[in-house]
Amino acid sequence: MKKYITKNDEETKQVAGKIIEKYLDKKTIVIFLSGELGAGKTVFVKGLARKLGIQKEVESPTFIFVREYHSETPLYHFDLYRINNTDELDELGFFDYLEKNGIIAIEWAEKAEGLITPDLKVQIKKVGENKREIVLEEYTE
Amino acid sequence: MKILGIETSCDDTAAAVIDENGNVLSNVLSSQTQFYKDFGGIVPEIASRKHTELIGYVIQEALNIANIDITNINLVSVTYGPGLVGSLIVGVEGAKAISFAKSIPLIGVNHLEGHIYSLFINNKPLKIGSPPFPMLFLIVSGGHTELVWVKNHLQYKVIGETRDDAAGEALDKFARALGYDYPGGPIIQKLGKKGNPHFYKFPRLSIKSPYEFSFSGLKTAGVYYLQKHQDEVKTHLGDICASYEEALTDILVKRTLKAAKDFNVKAIGVVGGVSANKRLRGKFNKQSKIPVYFPEKGFSTDNAAMIAIAGLLHYKNGEQSNLLLDAVSTLSLPK
Repeated sequence: MKKYITKNDEETKQVAGKIIEKYLDKKTIVIFLSGELGAGKTVFVKGLARKLGIQKEVESPTFIFVREYHSETPLYHFDLYRINNTDELDELGFFDYLEKNGIIAIEWAEKAEGLITPDLKVQIKKVGENKREIVLEEYTE
Repeated sequence: MKILGIETSCDDTAAAVIDENGNVLSNVLSSQTQFYKDFGGIVPEIASRKHTELIGYVIQEALNIANIDITNINLVSVTYGPGLVGSLIVGVEGAKAISFAKSIPLIGVNHLEGHIYSLFINNKPLKIGSPPFPMLFLIVSGGHTELVWVKNHLQYKVIGETRDDAAGEALDKFARALGYDYPGGPIIQKLGKKGNPHFYKFPRLSIKSPYEFSFSGLKTAGVYYLQKHQDEVKTHLGDICASYEEALTDILVKRTLKAAKDFNVKAIGVVGGVSANKRLRGKFNKQSKIPVYFPEKGFSTDNAAMIAIAGLLHYKNGEQSNLLLDAVSTLSLPK
């Protein structure tokens, strides 16, 4: 387990880029992202996108469940909050995404509890007005 | 001429039939009560995304209400993006199957231009033949918040969009923090109806680029306010909801009016799910010096009638899609 303290959004983005660096030669990278509303999960994903050279603005996926960002290593940003049961995950084609090459960042991954295993778990906590604690657990290597 | 519209970009499976003048002959949504009465035994739950099971029934229902046979359809218009790829594919493949089997021309429509054309359904409030272009459109929903300059029919340019959350999402998540279900907009509006919108001043936008939006800051401020002021949530819930809605609509109205002025447009269109919000409508009507148009009742949220209208205009413009049409989840309007 590793811990990072960031003082602003920019530092959170930098930490995201740093964390993902050594995984980039891996085919599929599954990241579970947790943290309460406003903790900065989307900011973290913006940092991943920047590292991958994605120009498109990262927007919240809550409404449509997943947003895709295309680059040499594609990025798939999921929010499973609105999922009611695992059948719905199947209907969404969620499991097909896990076969894809790229980074799969998942918010509310507990809705798929036991069905997928992460490479990384990232927990973001608000510890001050702009200050964040990022806790990283790695499951591979 | 009869046009069949199909829309499956997110939750709802939708189909509609219009005529060549843009009048709606039928407009069916899988979430409609009537649909559930008719097909009650088949659909297990309203929120489920069972487009593949629903699409056949929804299209048939649209044809039945319009009182025509599939062979009388002259054009099939379908949303091919943006949206959830698995959902979009069902509509696109369904439309292609009909086009191929019955030799009917096919048109793929961008969901966002569909929303723009929601102002022309039944030629209300705007007439297809005499649109007040150039116009500025604010497309605002749970998944989108963008400003689009429309020079003429089918000529778009995105001049600004959200950097993070859509406005509708900021409403959804505030409602979620209060313990209410999705969608949050209608419940916040209801709770805040009689509240004092100046009870608490939630932050407005500080980003400098004048036509862009951001709602992540407001969402975070809102959620933390609720956590820190639990006593006030009990005693002043209406005031808090009104104040939150006030901040959100201030951001939308201020930036839209600024862009409208800078681009020297003749009129403003406000479309998408959040355009049904009464505080937003009231504020636009009060503050704008040029006319502001909103969709007629029931056409703010996703529907297939708007997709049929946009398809009709593309077809009249000499365009057609072929059977290689594919769902594009990341589709956008030109920048």
